[in-house]
Amino acid sequence: MNSQAPLLELKGVRKNFFGNQVLTDINLTLNEGEVLGLVGENGAGKSTLMKILFGMTEIRDTGGYGGDVLINGEKVNFNSPFDALAAGIGMVHQEFSLIPGFTATENILLNREPQKKSVMSEVFGERLNMLDQKELVRRSDDAIEKMGVHIEGSMVISDMPVGHKQFTEIARELSKEQLRLLILDEPTAVLTEQEAEALLESIRGMSSRGIAVIFITHRLQEILNVCDKVAVMRDGVLVKDVAAAQTTITELTRWMVGRSVSGETGTRREPPETQPIMHIEKLWVDMPGETVRNVTLDVRKGEILGIGGLAGQGKLGIPNGVMGLYPAGGKVTFDGQEIPLNMPRKCLDANLAFVSEDRRGVGLLLDESLEWNIAFPAMQIHGKFLKDLLGGCIKWRDEKAIRDITSKYIDELQIRCTSSRQKAKELSGGNQQKVCLAKAFALEPKFLFVSEPTRGIDVGAKALVLEALKKFNSESGITIVMISSELEELRQICDRIAIVSGGRIAGILPASRPSEEFGALMVSSVI
Amino acid sequence: MNGKNTSSPKKALAFVGNNAVPIMFIIIIAVCIPISGFSPTFLLNEIMTRLSRNAFLILSLLIPIMAGMGLNFGMTLGAMAAEIALIFATDWQIWGIPGIVLAMIISVPISALLGLACGRILNAAKGREMITSYIISFFMNGVYQLVVLYMMGSIIPIIHNNVKLPRGYGVRASVDLTRIRKSLDGVLAVNIAGVRVPLLTILIIVGMCLIIVWFRRTKLGQDMRAVGQDMEVARAAGIDVEKTRIISIVISTVLAGIGMVIYLQNMGDMATYSSHSQIGMFCIAALLVGGASVDRASIGNVFLGVILFHTMFILAPRAGAVITGNEVIGEYFRVFVSYGVITLALIMYETKKRRAKAHMGAQLELEQREEEKR
Repeated sequence: MNSQAPLLELKGVRKNFFGNQVLTDINLTLNEGEVLGLVGENGAGKSTLMKILFGMTEIRDTGGYGGDVLINGEKVNFNSPFDALAAGIGMVHQEFSLIPGFTATENILLNREPQKKSVMSEVFGERLNMLDQKELVRRSDDAIEKMGVHIEGSMVISDMPVGHKQFTEIARELSKEQLRLLILDEPTAVLTEQEAEALLESIRGMSSRGIAVIFITHRLQEILNVCDKVAVMRDGVLVKDVAAAQTTITELTRWMVGRSVSGETGTRREPPETQPIMHIEKLWVDMPGETVRNVTLDVRKGEILGIGGLAGQGKLGIPNGVMGLYPAGGKVTFDGQEIPLNMPRKCLDANLAFVSEDRRGVGLLLDESLEWNIAFPAMQIHGKFLKDLLGGCIKWRDEKAIRDITSKYIDELQIRCTSSRQKAKELSGGNQQKVCLAKAFALEPKFLFVSEPTRGIDVGAKALVLEALKKFNSESGITIVMISSELEELRQICDRIAIVSGGRIAGILPASRPSEEFGALMVSSVI
Repeated sequence: MNGKNTSSPKKALAFVGNNAVPIMFIIIIAVCIPISGFSPTFLLNEIMTRLSRNAFLILSLLIPIMAGMGLNFGMTLGAMAAEIALIFATDWQIWGIPGIVLAMIISVPISALLGLACGRILNAAKGREMITSYIISFFMNGVYQLVVLYMMGSIIPIIHNNVKLPRGYGVRASVDLTRIRKSLDGVLAVNIAGVRVPLLTILIIVGMCLIIVWFRRTKLGQDMRAVGQDMEVARAAGIDVEKTRIISIVISTVLAGIGMVIYLQNMGDMATYSSHSQIGMFCIAALLVGGASVDRASIGNVFLGVILFHTMFILAPRAGAVITGNEVIGEYFRVFVSYGVITLALIMYETKKRRAKAHMGAQLELEQREEEKR
């Protein structure tokens, strides 16, 4: 096997998004039938690397990548996933790509259905061929058998438990004759324990048939159980590439989160021992992909509380649920008063503010000016920036006050714009984020939720945003809850950090504790 | 809890909730039949006439629904094409079956062309197909008037004066189809227990149903169902989503054109400027009355819908006259109910989606409670 060129070889692969280096010099080889475990925190570059491998168009749209991808020793450059499929690469994505009203069989062979010619198709063309139902069932059964996990081919997807959907996707990839390399992106995240075990068995089966597998997961034990080797990524760099037999979970965790000690923060204050200002009890939130289950949490007055955890574990669900943006249940008390759930206005009236992770959707009025964006919520909720005319019968916008406050925040947060009348959609991501913050600050809240404030913005803007939050907290004494996927960022500015895993709070630690401890909590009860 | 006892009334309730519209109509009809005092033979004859008149037109709505394009007013375009075709057939004085066949043949390319344009526009307005196609049908009505009122007789040759307006160009407000009237329905007509059954028309309709059943099992039909349920997944699997959607609209307009010829030959008279104007709405309302929804419609819905919807309109004027002493109330009812049914169906479609969402939250709360008990 070693005599010929490896199935897949990556040589010096790198990628940057608008000057933001997300992958640096990745070198990796994979032989036929080998199983590679790929681990790393969110944002470590795993997904980007897989997107490059799978020829996703967004890579090409953002300027392509550097370095070479070789398959069987030949350099390839995929323009679309269809090219990758033709070369024998299959990928099972985290989001299901299935037709809900079709059976498993129909989905497995979607757009590759065996066909029979008929008189009509001779006249009107191939698309009027009849589907060969028998052959359809036979091929799908073949694929299911190849997978080694039994699922019912005639079952409709929308009636299936989520694990079976995952298996349907895998069977679809296996039904492709040319498949030589299968990428599984967190396949066990939605599986029960038995199902996950069955999947691991199935991966072993694929490997023995000569299909190479790249297995991405946050469950490290699975990696050790099934993989031949493990690659650990951190900050866009491949930090380790070792045989699975020669490592342990503790070691992997350390490689994943422990980073080079540059950019360490200066003094970190002790967590304030104040009274809780917000008490969350038995909260559940139905936010798709970020489900929260039975969370009980106290937020102390004047602190910065970080909420961290891996993607999809529910950390984003907490602020979205409390602020009423997604259906939620449980009990939330703020400053001694109960806040009714599912009513965003009540939260705002209680002087809570929220900077959403969905900047463009929830955060901004994209087609309006900065002035409007910053002043609108304050005007709407607290009646600020309004002049009373005729003894209050008519309220008039106070344009001057609006302009003043806007310029104040433009200066303070260094928002780069042509004027305070520029439209929000014309700003860059980092500056849009600053506008979102300014908007929340202008509300002069007592309590602020900030969700993923640094997602997708460059390093300079990141530092500024974090600094602004810190200053806002220390100068005005505002309690801040910051949700972020980046542990280091939380450790920089927070007093305490709660880690969410499997929709629940896995633990709360002071920010000064070493990263490994947080890392262990993150993967503790991953679903 | 004892699952059996609670689940069966719940199931029944769900069934009523899902089929509220047809059940409502059945009740209204059941009340109206004795009030109207019509004989069963008369009623059955009327229903048979309307079934043969309308069913084909409504069948044309099924394919766009399958492709996920919702209740589509694109069929109005086919109806216009059919009217233009019938104007020519009348003007060339080709009567009877040959006239009908000719009209169908002429309508096909016009319908296809209009359908192509409509499909392209609807691809640019995904998710808003219903309102977009409705407005397109208004716009095309203007183009239709331009062609029929000004271009026919001046640019497009019209020979006979009984078709032309007295001023020398433009088509009369009513085109007389007496010599085409019921020529299709008359072939193979049989009398079963006093009910006149236009066998050939019924056979054509049954044939169309079989074609639709067959079509669903072709590759194209499978692609349409895939596109209809999830465009992005279909696209990722390599299906040409845009083209598939356009084809579905073209098929729909072409079928609507043929259906409109069948409809008008039964009427025997064509209101040049208004026959098509409400046909889309009545067809959609009938389909919805049959229990269809925005994203799901079957052949069964078509027939149940035609029967319920039109029985209602046979009964309503008489019942109205008996109750209020005024026959006009029936016609008022017809329009009022059509719009009402469409509105109701749209609301129900949205509430169903929302209810499914709320269900997820309830599930989560339940799990949490059970966990606490342990």
